[in-house]
Amino acid sequence: MAGTWGRFNIVALILGFAFLYLPIILLVIYSFNESRLVTVWAGFSTRWYVSLFSNRGLMDAAWVTARVAFISATVATVLGTMAAVALTRYTRFRGRLLFSGMVFAPLVMPEVITGLSLLLLFVAIGFERGFMTVTLAHITFSMCFVAVVVQSRLLSFDRSLEEAAMDLGATPVKAFFQVTLPVIFPAVISGWMLAFTLSLDDLVIASFTSGPGATTLPMRIYSQVRLGVTPEINAISTILVGIVTIGVIVASLVNKRRRVRQWRDEQTAAQI
Amino acid sequence: MESLGSTRRSFAPWLDPNAEPYIRFENVTKSFGDFAAVDDLSLTIYEREFFALLGASGCGKTTLLRMLAGFEKPTSGRILLDGQDLLGVPAYRRPVNMMFQSYALFPHMTVEANIAFGLKQDRMPKAEIADRVAQMLKLVRLEQFAKRKPHQLSGGQRQRVALARSLAKRPKVLLLDEPLGALDKKLREATQFELMDLQQELGLTFVVVTHDQEEAMTMADRIAIMDRGKVMQVATPAQIYEAPASRFVADFVGAINMFEGEVLEAAAGRARIRDRSGVEFSLDNGGDASAGTTAWLAVRPEKVQVTRERPDGAVNAMEGEVWDIAYLGDMTVYNIRLNDGRLVKASVLNSLRRIEDALTWHDRAWISFAPDAGIVLIR
Ligand SMILES: Nc1ncnc2c1ncn2[C@@H]1O[C@H](COP(=O)(O)OP(=O)(O)OP(=O)(O)O)[C@@H](O)[C@H]1O
Ligand SMILES: [Mg+2]
Repeated sequence: MAGTWGRFNIVALILGFAFLYLPIILLVIYSFNESRLVTVWAGFSTRWYVSLFSNRGLMDAAWVTARVAFISATVATVLGTMAAVALTRYTRFRGRLLFSGMVFAPLVMPEVITGLSLLLLFVAIGFERGFMTVTLAHITFSMCFVAVVVQSRLLSFDRSLEEAAMDLGATPVKAFFQVTLPVIFPAVISGWMLAFTLSLDDLVIASFTSGPGATTLPMRIYSQVRLGVTPEINAISTILVGIVTIGVIVASLVNKRRRVRQWRDEQTAAQI
Repeated sequence: MESLGSTRRSFAPWLDPNAEPYIRFENVTKSFGDFAAVDDLSLTIYEREFFALLGASGCGKTTLLRMLAGFEKPTSGRILLDGQDLLGVPAYRRPVNMMFQSYALFPHMTVEANIAFGLKQDRMPKAEIADRVAQMLKLVRLEQFAKRKPHQLSGGQRQRVALARSLAKRPKVLLLDEPLGALDKKLREATQFELMDLQQELGLTFVVVTHDQEEAMTMADRIAIMDRGKVMQVATPAQIYEAPASRFVADFVGAINMFEGEVLEAAAGRARIRDRSGVEFSLDNGGDASAGTTAWLAVRPEKVQVTRERPDGAVNAMEGEVWDIAYLGDMTVYNIRLNDGRLVKASVLNSLRRIEDALTWHDRAWISFAPDAGIVLIR
């Protein structure tokens, strides 16, 4: 096998992976460093994890981030799914192009601009900045990502399923909830997970729209790093990496199991 | 019109001038862009009728059904059901159920749940739903597959689930789009008769789309032959076959021999046509032809006799050569090449197991037919 791969390919592969993962591996290793100095290895220890849990500032920020991510992902999923349905269903309403452009513009809009404009909006209407405003801001920018994911699923959705439901007496609303939604649900879930992670690691928009009482974890980490990297930061970052990794693994396992089951089912069908 | 009965002798509301049609298409047009999939079509269907739409692929059959079911709006014209204009009645309020050509089974539901879906929408009591579902599963012989999902079924099984699902609600009108296309011959024939029984028993109105002429002939009270969005003829199977209204219909249904010629005489009970090679044909019935015009004489292969010698007293006879023989078991089809090169088809029932001195390739032979065997067509 290795012979056919060629030396160049192997080197390229190793370099690529090193480029991607070396920084993260370093971060994980140093989070178990005994020493207070981040760059000097002084033996294995979990003391920073222990002290992390007594660091109120970081823990509060983590809690804020978790709540913001959960609420904004959920609301963004509902709104994004609705937008996707509207865009795929009503292909001929007036101003559709404008509407779809407006839904997808935030995908390419620089975050700084999104953040700044949201800040201006909140100031203009006199919203006090805090938990509410960060959540709203995250809904705004993650909604379009959900819409993209759900829309691509809806494009391959067989509309005759919905017609069949209506033919059998279901109103359009019932047809949507009893047939369309269950069928596209995996896409809705991945939209939610995408929105959740986007909110989890957003720094720029949160910095613009958050207030004193609602510092998110990325904001907290960033402000602490400016005072110098502490091993505690490494520890919490490692935990974040762990959570994301587990999420990705679980998602792909679920996916794989479904594919395997479907494959088996199709085999049984073929044998009949 | 000749008296060619329907399959059910006593059922012929279309002959009764007082009978009120149940479904009525009035000058319905459906355009996609500037292409008319259904073109100024008028059609009436009666209550309890088994009505078949027959036509080539893309002639607008599915579009017609979809308008009746409420998934497409006619571009112009109207559709009435039981005297009520259907315009503005949404699909879910029409007493019409449809079996989709693509089946459209709900992939996340079991076979059972698929069949029960429509009944649940009507809030039928649970026990009754279970009864009805069991009955439907039995009808389509899928009892042991009740708990499977659609993707665990073969194509034919899926088709039967779709059929059961559309039948479960016992709608007043059932639209079936190619309901039996994926079934093998045996099962298809059995299901055809079951469908007919069911339709009679429950007193439903069926509109069936099919590619298969035999299927349409077997099941339908009347057949509409469609071509490019228009109805060419609506009649009982026997009329369609024995008295087609045009060359298109004659050619579309079954095999036929066609001779183009000049009408010499067309009087009551007598017609003469001289065909292009100069042969004169005498017929009992001139149809709508008038003397001096061009018309087509059409004869079905089974009404053509093949003999070695010119039969005594034969009025319509031509000589040729046996060009091709297709042995089909119950009958044999001969292609006879006339002296001017045209081919004539004749099918002969094999009522004896062995025929002495049977015709074979390149034998000289005569074809002939009786004066009442042919039809004169002017279109
Ligand atoms: N939504 C649509 N947009 C544009 N053209 C359409 C649409 N639906 C149908 N057509 C066209 O209308 C014509 C009739 O289609 P229809 O599906 O009614 O044919 P059909 O008689 O059911 O054919 P088949 O026997 O192959 O199912 C076809 O030429 C098809 O391409
Ligand atoms: Mg069709």
